[in-house]
Amino acid sequence: MLLIPCPHCGERPELEFRYAGEAHIARPADPSSTSDQEWAEYLYFRSNPKGLHIERWRHVSGCARFFNCVRDTVSDKILKTYPAGQPKPDLAVVLKEAGQ
Amino acid sequence: MRFSFLNLAKQALSAHRHWPEQWRFPEPKAEYDAIIIGAGGHGLGTAYYLAKEHGMRNIAVLEKGWLGGGNTGRNTTIIRSNYLWEESQGLYEHSVKLWENLSAELNYNVMYSPRGVMMLAHTVHDIQVFKRHVHANRLQGIDNEWLTPEQAKEFCPILNISSNMRYPILGAALQRRGGTARHDAVAWGYARAASAMGVDIIQNCEVKGIRRDLNGAVSGVETTKGFIGTKKIGVVAAGHTSVIMSMADVRMPLESYPLQALVSEPVKPIMPCVVMSNTIHAYMSQSDKGELVIGAGTDAYTSYSQTGGLHITTHTLDAICELFPNVRRLRMLRNWGGIVDVTPDRSPILSKTPVKGLYVNCGWGTGGFKATPGSANVFAHTIAKDEPHPINAAFTIDRFKTGRLIDEAAAAAVAH
Ligand SMILES: Cc1cc2nc3c(=O)[nH]c(=O)nc-3n(C[C@H](O)[C@H](O)[C@H](O)COP(=O)(O)OP(=O)(O)OC[C@H]3O[C@@H](n4cnc5c(N)ncnc54)[C@H](O)[C@@H]3O)c2cc1C
Ligand SMILES: [Zn+2]
Repeated sequence: MLLIPCPHCGERPELEFRYAGEAHIARPADPSSTSDQEWAEYLYFRSNPKGLHIERWRHVSGCARFFNCVRDTVSDKILKTYPAGQPKPDLAVVLKEAGQ
Repeated sequence: MRFSFLNLAKQALSAHRHWPEQWRFPEPKAEYDAIIIGAGGHGLGTAYYLAKEHGMRNIAVLEKGWLGGGNTGRNTTIIRSNYLWEESQGLYEHSVKLWENLSAELNYNVMYSPRGVMMLAHTVHDIQVFKRHVHANRLQGIDNEWLTPEQAKEFCPILNISSNMRYPILGAALQRRGGTARHDAVAWGYARAASAMGVDIIQNCEVKGIRRDLNGAVSGVETTKGFIGTKKIGVVAAGHTSVIMSMADVRMPLESYPLQALVSEPVKPIMPCVVMSNTIHAYMSQSDKGELVIGAGTDAYTSYSQTGGLHITTHTLDAICELFPNVRRLRMLRNWGGIVDVTPDRSPILSKTPVKGLYVNCGWGTGGFKATPGSANVFAHTIAKDEPHPINAAFTIDRFKTGRLIDEAAAAAVAH
């Protein structure tokens, strides 16, 4: 089980959270001028990397807030969490901060 | 050497020390007519049908580990075709039909055992969904029948149908032709038969890149054993599909999740069939060795770690103990995980891609073992003819753009 550091509540067991998929995917701003391909990208296509993944979690049994998380999908190690709304971090910097 | 009574008797005379190797261990040639990436059941099967039905013998299967070491060798082997939509019924039923004859076809015992797959209903919603499946299947001539709780218990005597369970059993859908097969034997049988027809199966050979010519068409693969040229590549890499497709700059509608299974210590036969419960997240069958084979849903998050959280398996065992009270004191022997590639509509992709010469067979997620022969058969057709077989024509990548999804979430909700 993962130990997930909620940016608002601190480290808690995975059971308190709900996974919410890849982060920083913005809904098309102007739906009527969005092409089928762009809708498909937004709804269904994912980067699914083997390595660092930026994802959303929701602390359902705690503060109930969404936040973002950088996790290595090979080791499942969490490198960083940060509140929703902050810009996408530079992964090279995240790696350096984590001492890797 | 064929497996036959005569050869068995001959080999017995020399204490079975002179059986030849089942497949060759070749080094890669400089170039092939087609390359399959991934030596799981689907990839080996594809090579087998390419050689047998389409006469393509100058082909190779590249595998980064050992053949059958991916999900093929990690799955719980449930076979059934009771899916909701016609497209899926066509594909899975094609497979079940091939299973029925596969041991004879490959001259290799894949131990296909149509012992019946029973899916339990615990809520009114379950009843409605399963009855809808029963009717949809029967309209297509696929067997599926509705059972009362008493009939379910008659079919599987260790089932608990008492009314004081947390989620009492209200009925069940039974597909009698469903069942199980020996997972390793499927990979080994296809490998042996393909190798005998000249297919090179190259293990410990990881694909690191896909090379393309000036027109964008594929021209070969970079591997840990060097560059190998080809004009046709079939990607059949399950959980690693997104990684390989990104080598050709193709994004996929896939996410890779860990899926776990576990087995108990072996006991005498107590379970004659497969029982599954989507609602309380558990399924179980008994292997010929006597171990109870148990599984459930995926872990919550995407991962390539091939392990999952222990809380997922304990949750499964809670449900198993409730459904089958007499297994409560059994010890569990082994627990493992595989990485499954899940599509948004829980249906697979067997398709051409935007890149010329690149074909992909993926998205089987938690339930592709049952489809191994059928999938391999129509995918070989797709590669050889450069166009889909009617059975897999609907399973394109494009369906996510056109919106013609094949939603099997209800049929595939619990991993199997
Ligand atoms: C625990 C578990 C239980 C399951 N239970 C069932 C079940 O009961 N019924 C059912 O129908 N399905 C089940 N499934 C799903 C089923 O196992 C899969 O859908 C099916 O086996 C996929 O077969 P495959 O040949 O496509 O993939 P795999 O067998 O995974 O083969 C893909 C191969 O590609 C190789 N590969 C990856 N990357 C590269 C590379 N870069 N270069 C070279 N090779 C590479 C891998 O090493 C692997 O051997 C289960 C899966 C799991 C994990
Ligand atoms: Zn919190």
